[in-house]
Amino acid sequence: MNFYKENPALKFQLSHPLMEKIVTLKERNYEDKDKYDYAPENFEDAIDSYDKILEIIGEICGEIIAPNAEGVDHDGPQVINNRVKYAPGTQINHETLAKAGLYGMSLPRQYGGLNFSMVPYVMAAELVSRADAGFANIWGLQDCAETIAEFASDDIKAEFLPRVCAGETCSMDLTEPDAGSDLQAVQLKATFNEEDQTWYLNGVKRFITNGDAHIKLVLARTEEGTTDGRGLSYFVCDNKHNDKIKVRRIENKLGIKGSPTCELVFTNAPAKLIGTRRMGLIKYVMSLMNGARLGVGAQSVGLSASAYEEALAYAKDRRQFGKAIIEFPAVFEMISLIKAKLDASRAILYECTRFVDVYKAYEAIEATRKLTPEEKAEYKDFQKLADAFTPMLKMFASEFANQNAYDCIQVHGGSGFMKDYPCERLYRDARILTIYEGTSQLQTVAAIRHVTTHSYLKQIRKYEAENIDTRFDNIKNALINMTNQYEEVVNRVVELKNQEYTDFIARRLVEMAGHIIMTYLLIIDATRDNQFDNSARVYFNYAQTEFAKHLHFINNFNADDVNLYKA
Amino acid sequence: MLINFYPRNKLTKQVIRMELKIVVLAKQVPDTRNVGKDAMKEDGTVNRAALPAIFNPEDLNALEQALRLKEKNPGSTVHILTMGPSRAAEVIRESIFRGADGGYLLSGREFAGSDTLATSYALSCALRKIGKIDIIICGRQAIDGDTAQVGPQVAEKLSIPQITYAEEIVDVKDNTIIVKRRLERGTEVVQGKLPMLVTVNGSAAPCRPRHAKLTMKYKLAKTPSEIAEAGLDYTDLLSKKPYLKINELSVADIDHDPKWLGMSGSPTKVKQIESVVFTAKESKRLQPTDAEIDALMKELIVNHTIG
Repeated sequence: MNFYKENPALKFQLSHPLMEKIVTLKERNYEDKDKYDYAPENFEDAIDSYDKILEIIGEICGEIIAPNAEGVDHDGPQVINNRVKYAPGTQINHETLAKAGLYGMSLPRQYGGLNFSMVPYVMAAELVSRADAGFANIWGLQDCAETIAEFASDDIKAEFLPRVCAGETCSMDLTEPDAGSDLQAVQLKATFNEEDQTWYLNGVKRFITNGDAHIKLVLARTEEGTTDGRGLSYFVCDNKHNDKIKVRRIENKLGIKGSPTCELVFTNAPAKLIGTRRMGLIKYVMSLMNGARLGVGAQSVGLSASAYEEALAYAKDRRQFGKAIIEFPAVFEMISLIKAKLDASRAILYECTRFVDVYKAYEAIEATRKLTPEEKAEYKDFQKLADAFTPMLKMFASEFANQNAYDCIQVHGGSGFMKDYPCERLYRDARILTIYEGTSQLQTVAAIRHVTTHSYLKQIRKYEAENIDTRFDNIKNALINMTNQYEEVVNRVVELKNQEYTDFIARRLVEMAGHIIMTYLLIIDATRDNQFDNSARVYFNYAQTEFAKHLHFINNFNADDVNLYKA
Repeated sequence: MLINFYPRNKLTKQVIRMELKIVVLAKQVPDTRNVGKDAMKEDGTVNRAALPAIFNPEDLNALEQALRLKEKNPGSTVHILTMGPSRAAEVIRESIFRGADGGYLLSGREFAGSDTLATSYALSCALRKIGKIDIIICGRQAIDGDTAQVGPQVAEKLSIPQITYAEEIVDVKDNTIIVKRRLERGTEVVQGKLPMLVTVNGSAAPCRPRHAKLTMKYKLAKTPSEIAEAGLDYTDLLSKKPYLKINELSVADIDHDPKWLGMSGSPTKVKQIESVVFTAKESKRLQPTDAEIDALMKELIVNHTIG
């Protein structure tokens, strides 16, 4: 089975009109073509390569990673002598992908990477997640290398990036027992030794995914006496697997059991500073987290895809009352809603990824030459869009993944509650998605300013002006109406200038914007390819009801009523 | 059960590594593993048009063994030899994507209609043309014919020894190849002098996936026939990237006797093909008692169903 080839919804994304700009920027007008025998000659060549490499990944996912998933979930990793030993299936998955040259996909060629833009990289992440969401963490942590490529010195890049491309694994060591959502409270200490001109790390990190990785990115306090984020710096640490970094224990988790979540003790572990001191949290970790949130978006969409396939297959196969259960309205409604939520979250995933792609390409170009004023303006526009869409994507995709996993079990009935079918694993694996790399509540905090400053509204008006087939006129008219209502209610909330009230209804406002955006994306996609027609219509039915629900709540809610909810 | 014919003390001796020249025999076959209703034609032959063309599965196992030898013995090369129409070049590309150095497509009208004997003859002529080869590795059998004859026949025609049913090529050193063979119950380890032909069993390690960079580098590699058939102009491309040319051998390139090729070289004639559909004819219900089970066992032994 090939997870890429059998799913036309993925290849469709490679044909998006913005791809030509993205690839041309990423490849700097194909300047690598005479330097590297695997570099593309032109746009068509690059897209063809993306397609071929995704086919390899799709095959590995379908033939190796997915069949291993049950065993990995069952066996899990172990800690032996302060080191993590992966489950046997995890080890095979990792080695297969490393041997196929699928680490360092987005890294520059000079370090051994494939120099892929984010769209095919995120698609690969979606595929791996569909096969095994827990394993997707280990493979997906190659993301960490992005911050090395962006912010580290040439020496550090030359030391670490080729190793990432060769398949050495990474981890991002941010959280501590007392610093979870609030990373400003990080205490792990970094001290500079004047004698050997080296930084040393001391302290404890907790909840570190793949914590025994070879290459670790560590947030640590360099400024003694500080207590906030401005005293933190960002380090890369070469884990020699000796007593400098010990895995004290791994967590026993509800889901993603194949992904080792470690508690680490650093004892005089030497490390190298990335970028500028004090910028650790403010700049580098923020960038790292944006990448990670996009990654969780992909992971969520992959899990939704898996939930859809499992639910559909079971409903077609299972017969009750003389027919397949998919023929019953109560069941086919559930399945079409899973599909609509999957397609909607996939639409916003790749839309967001394209925004990230454009701004990151400009960011990389800016490191080598001055951008023209037009380029600079475009760079800033796309960066702002990426900032606005990333939390919205992460929140919606992860919540939908959970709803879809829930409905997937429901379709299975009693059998779904047993360990006999993969849906129970999907349900457990999905649960972390709305929590890590920032909870849904924190995504709302990041997204609400794009409601109040009208970034979403501006983008919605842009979608309104796009070419949309007349067969969707009724949906479009309804969306215009919804947009007007959204604008009106946002203005009303902003005028009140009541911060607590705004925070209280923030989630609802972000969701209202999100439903409009995703419906637009689906009808725009369906205009290009009618495979999305059904999902567009089904999602619209769902979205307008959700929208009306939130609108009703806000319209009938007095700002003072917030006090009722205080425990 | 492991019968180790290889004396233990030899394993500790210093290893002399060799630069091996390895050729893998591979075949493009119709995918007969997931067949639908239209898999067979009216006349009982395989409906090749209805089935996707794939890399014969056990030839992929063979390729993996070859690539492992190449990794262990730096300087070694792995080439693919396949006989078939121009689209069979796909198995060569697939092999290159996985790490092979190149390949040869043996192609032409003269080879059409070959049975296993004519195929082995043609392949052996091509192998002689390719030159000195240390190890020829092929899959045990192809899933379309299931004869398992071509490998052994090629070895006979080249007058070199063969080891069949290999599960693992354990090592090659001092001009000797050590192979673990799959037996009906268990395995045995045997050795022999090079040159050697090895047929690989499906229980051997699966083939590695295609490699990303190799796939991008070689994705446009084609045989001259493919280029001509597609009406492509490869002049500039090949002058810049000569590695994109896949070698092609025609009947004119090999020393041969025409009467042993194609139809005339194929004594096998299909007399009749019967489509067998299994149906239950008679059944018997037994009570779960020792006496009834005992009676059934006796009956089955007497009518030679078992034993």
